[in-house]
Amino acid sequence: MKNFLKRIYLWIDERVKLNDLENFLGKKYVPIHSHSVWYYFGGVSLFLFVIQVITGILLLFYYKASSDLAFESIQYIMSKVEFGWLIRSIHGWAANLFILSVFIHMFSVLFERAYRKPREITWVTGIIMFFMALGFGFSGYLLPWNELAFFATKVGSDIVGAVPLIGEPLKIFMRGGDDVTGATLSRLFGFHVALFPGIFTVLLVIHLLLVQRQGMSEPLELEIEQKTEQKRMPFFPNFMMRDLLLWLIVLNLLAILAVFFPAELGIKADPFASAPAGIKPEWYFLFMFQTLKYFPGHMWFIEGEVLGILLFGVAGILWLLIPFWDVKSSKGKRNRIITYSGIFAVIYIIVLTILGWAS
Amino acid sequence: MNVNHSGGHKRRDFLKYLLSGGLIGFAGIILYPLIEYLKPPKQREVEVSSVLAGKTSDFEKGSGKIIRFGNKPVIVINTKENNFKAFSATCTHLDCTVQFRKDMSLIWCACHNGKYDLNGRNISGPPPKPLEEFRVVIKGEEIYVSKKT
Repeated sequence: MKNFLKRIYLWIDERVKLNDLENFLGKKYVPIHSHSVWYYFGGVSLFLFVIQVITGILLLFYYKASSDLAFESIQYIMSKVEFGWLIRSIHGWAANLFILSVFIHMFSVLFERAYRKPREITWVTGIIMFFMALGFGFSGYLLPWNELAFFATKVGSDIVGAVPLIGEPLKIFMRGGDDVTGATLSRLFGFHVALFPGIFTVLLVIHLLLVQRQGMSEPLELEIEQKTEQKRMPFFPNFMMRDLLLWLIVLNLLAILAVFFPAELGIKADPFASAPAGIKPEWYFLFMFQTLKYFPGHMWFIEGEVLGILLFGVAGILWLLIPFWDVKSSKGKRNRIITYSGIFAVIYIIVLTILGWAS
Repeated sequence: MNVNHSGGHKRRDFLKYLLSGGLIGFAGIILYPLIEYLKPPKQREVEVSSVLAGKTSDFEKGSGKIIRFGNKPVIVINTKENNFKAFSATCTHLDCTVQFRKDMSLIWCACHNGKYDLNGRNISGPPPKPLEEFRVVIKGEEIYVSKKT
């Protein structure tokens, strides 16, 4: 057996020179320092994304994307298909954990200033993937075609419609018409299973290639204090083994969550029923949703909600472009504004999410 | 030699414009049908002038019900004074469907706690505008709802 595997290895090696790859992996090192733990969240996010792709494909075998059949097909998955409940619950939980892990990864990169030159493109691709992760969440939420999702999608797409100039056409594009109907379901389904995964995969490949090419960033703070360089660990196999162990733990956590808190289905959407009480978006939209509630109907010459959306838009663009306006960090100097704004953003998101949850 | 050189430049510029113009045109030819394809076709609204909402006996005093008006929801209310009223049931805030609250004796939107009085006026919460009112005509036992002209 061993001989056979070796022969296969040699056969491939002769053609694609696996030696080079081995050399490359052998030369890749991960710095060890007091903040090393944050390096793992990129890997965890990647793992959860892979879980999403696999469980998503499995769900596709039974799911039917039409307003007449979507709800029933999920009922079928949950009650008739062997382990259907498990696959769907893992898909739902992995989505939530994925976004949580991406949040942690993003903020750790921010606080360590890992986006500073020469890693600007890695940051930009990462932030676009973060926005897409939210898009995955929004589009996937409607697919069961239940009451909560129906009205949440109505509200969410109506908020998009409030954006000046492009809002209305964008809303119609998203909804596939003026209202949330079966056409909306078809569109969001297309986004969720084809368009987004396609774009996301391209960005992910660029993101990962850059990480391989440029190596792990070392925290600016440690670089300034010249505490780095002393310790490092080979990526292969040492760091990878640690990665795999953590993935195993995450997989267990997922299984526990999926078994003890399986995904719910609610009642089928009825466009001619009144909205039920307690319509809330998914937790990762709550801080924005809650913020919009505090804006009064009119502010100066503009509708309060529109102003809120514009402010979030501006904040999103500033966030995306951080490496380009934070010149200080790129020059290896401390920039406390970033630390303070990062801390403010984390506290703001947590507090507003709790307020939104409780209201 | 000089003349030749600038002549060459001119020819090159001409080709450059021709090619880039062609390329833009080509991109346009590809993109136009794609963008048009993505625009949902304008569906003719089901032209409804009047809808039978039910019988007066279906509505006890101080109650309300959502009915279909074409492809839009409309709320029909019988007030405590036995007065029939009808409004668009789409909340003017963010598109949710409103409901009649007997305990508060008003129209309520569950999504963001928007409230309208029984004349459709927005009185509390985020709704920016009143609900569109519909005409109610009672013929014998039957309640007809139609658009106000």
